[in-house]
Amino acid sequence: MISQPILELQNVNKSFGHVQANKDISLKVNRGDIHGIIGENGAGKSTLMSIVYGFYQADSGNIKINDKIIEIKSPHESILSGIGMVHQHFMLVENFTVVENIILGFEGEFVFGEKLNQAKESLMKLCEDYNLKIDLNATISDLSVGFRQRVEILKALYRGAEILILDEPTGVLTPQEVDELFKILRSLKEQEKTIILITHKLNEIMILTDKVTVMRQGEIVGEKNTKDTTKDQLAEMMVGRSVLLRIDKRKPNIGDTVFEVKNIDVKDNLDVMRVKNVSFDLREGEILGIAGVTGNGQTELLEALTGIRQVDSGEIKLYGNIISSKNIFFDPRQLREQDVAHVPEDRQRMGLVTEFNASENLIFGYHHQQPFSKSSVMMGKNIYNHSKKIMRDYDVRPQSPFLVTSNFSGGNQQKIILSRELHKDPKVLLVGQPTRGVDIGAIEFIHQRIIDMRDKGVAVLLVSVELDEILSLADRIVVMFDGKLVGEKVNENVTDREIGLLMAGITN
Amino acid sequence: MEISADIISLVSATLRISTPLVFAAMAGLFAERSGVIDFGLEGKMLAAAFVAASGAHIFGSEWYGLGLAIVCCVALSMLHGFASVTHKGDQVVSCVAINILMIGLTTALAAAWFGQQGLTPTLTDDRRFFEITLPFADAVSGVPLLGPIYSEIISGHYIFVYIAYIFVPCVYWVVFKTRFGLRLRAVGENPSAVDTAGISVELMRYKALAVNGVLVAFAGAYLSTAINANFFREMSAGRGYLALAALIFGKWHPKTALIACLLFGFADALQIRLQGVPIPGIGLIPVQFIQAIPYVLTVVLLAGFVGKAIAPGAIGQPYIKER
Repeated sequence: MISQPILELQNVNKSFGHVQANKDISLKVNRGDIHGIIGENGAGKSTLMSIVYGFYQADSGNIKINDKIIEIKSPHESILSGIGMVHQHFMLVENFTVVENIILGFEGEFVFGEKLNQAKESLMKLCEDYNLKIDLNATISDLSVGFRQRVEILKALYRGAEILILDEPTGVLTPQEVDELFKILRSLKEQEKTIILITHKLNEIMILTDKVTVMRQGEIVGEKNTKDTTKDQLAEMMVGRSVLLRIDKRKPNIGDTVFEVKNIDVKDNLDVMRVKNVSFDLREGEILGIAGVTGNGQTELLEALTGIRQVDSGEIKLYGNIISSKNIFFDPRQLREQDVAHVPEDRQRMGLVTEFNASENLIFGYHHQQPFSKSSVMMGKNIYNHSKKIMRDYDVRPQSPFLVTSNFSGGNQQKIILSRELHKDPKVLLVGQPTRGVDIGAIEFIHQRIIDMRDKGVAVLLVSVELDEILSLADRIVVMFDGKLVGEKVNENVTDREIGLLMAGITN
Repeated sequence: MEISADIISLVSATLRISTPLVFAAMAGLFAERSGVIDFGLEGKMLAAAFVAASGAHIFGSEWYGLGLAIVCCVALSMLHGFASVTHKGDQVVSCVAINILMIGLTTALAAAWFGQQGLTPTLTDDRRFFEITLPFADAVSGVPLLGPIYSEIISGHYIFVYIAYIFVPCVYWVVFKTRFGLRLRAVGENPSAVDTAGISVELMRYKALAVNGVLVAFAGAYLSTAINANFFREMSAGRGYLALAALIFGKWHPKTALIACLLFGFADALQIRLQGVPIPGIGLIPVQFIQAIPYVLTVVLLAGFVGKAIAPGAIGQPYIKER
């Protein structure tokens, strides 16, 4: 049987100011397919799907559903045309119940009563049909991320979606939750639903999709049947040149212990205990990877190690001296003076002042030192020369020290931070989410730099929610779950399944 | 007998004094639940008081005055919406602008129209509201306990007082039991969720502000055409801010906000009652200290007890689609 295109885009264009996010996009999606759209961050995938969903309007071009041109001015029209979207950041009201979230906008009656009960019944039936297992009366804030995503899927189905768009659905899930999601998606496919999967992860494309469209810089650069292509080929299309997907690294040459963390507890700003009785050592010449799903205490742990947050109990020792305990506390500047470098998790909030220019961001933390300032006066010329040199060394593009930092791409912003932190030859490197929102080309560069540091004998702590990143870089892996360290593995023949179980808190 | 008469008049005064706070707090609830800060209750109340008094004087009926006050407050709410919803301006700044504008404008217009120093002419009896004596109030006043409660506390208030306390359960019902309420709360918590459900965030916020305007108009009209018979300069005297404090103290919930309003009303009633009365063991307290009671109470309650109040998630944030 020849499948019919259910959704067709013809010459869609969209610009935001000077940036053309989508250039002349034409795309056909067949009924009943799982169609992948892959591309790096900023390739225009999400924008394109937001146009289909009516969140943005295209500057020009047509959208056809079942061979009929439809005009989508708002999500309202797209929902009526049978399009549902599961956004990367869930569109749920946290203090509402599941049912309230789902009926929002489709209540059917002014005063709740009869229709509400009907809605609950049909939702229960939908849950059964697709094996979704959701408690309809639960409040969203009580549900795990995986369940929230199911609520989003259920919401789309309840609103009559025939085409379901998922935007980076696996970013926040454990590998086991990903399996569950894929099961649900396959059963949707069996029921003739069409699924569009937006992702930057090649694995997901290979496992799940029938067809794949590759986007780069706002354009479609290729379309393949998934079974006729390979990961390497797709990666090359995404980046525009061939890339190394796996990193070669030597055996670690492990030296003395640098950081000793003993039984620390750390509270967050709301006084909630986020790190519970955590102990580990970090040694010279190794990369210790801390894996875990977002929000399991990694952020607070990293903040405690870098002097942003004092521990509530226990102690942290650096070179044998206590730097954080109930009574002793070294701040980030004091730690920096002891050769501790920090690449923070949230680049734009903690790593940079995005409204400042690149050269200013390149000297933060060292701005009070020679040669950048003399008796409290900034030395412009020295800063400029330093910036020029460092931007060349780290291949920051464009090499313009006076360009405002927010105008650099995610990858180049990260390179600015990395170069600032590494140029003084630190002994310890604490890195959080080094490649979040960074394109593949820059990922390769950043990973290589981290490995280089390790080979130079630097002690590296890597916190990342990207399991692949941990597996390819770390020498030792510990997993954080609910504030505790739940397992330690030497990174030889460890599988993502094993780590995944630990990430879900299953330790046996 | 003396003490129980005191209590009865205190309770009755509490109900009377709380009334404008209740209207304004319910008005604020609609705006803030939709994600729009309404710091401008004070200015709108003042505007409503002025318009109601001058409207009643010019057109010869207190009801015209109330109607015009509603039109005026809805218009001011729309102005607030235009600045802070459509043009995504800072909500607090927009509110402060309305408050300052209204202080000046009401006084200036009163002077220009009526030639009196910031006053409107005193309303004649056919142009203002009067207390309503409920049926059988006199008949049952002799019944012990229940009699005085009915005839002294429940009966004998302005119609506004009854409307205010009937409004509270209505507000609860609208906010928690209807489609409008669901969308209202959603738009204040997570506007993106509302937008992706195909509902206009801006329209929802404008609707909420319209309701807000209607409700706050009652508060203003009550001040100038019921408990007073004219408008005078800055007659709202901070009640708008007090109502907002009650709303926050009441955690944006009609029931608890009502309790907070009653508490502030009671403090004020007590303050009036205590003026000039020597306190046993202390003697006569200067009147200024007594008058400060409601405001001290506000500060103490807000600082001490509202620590855990969780505001609507998106309050104060103009809705901008993310790229």
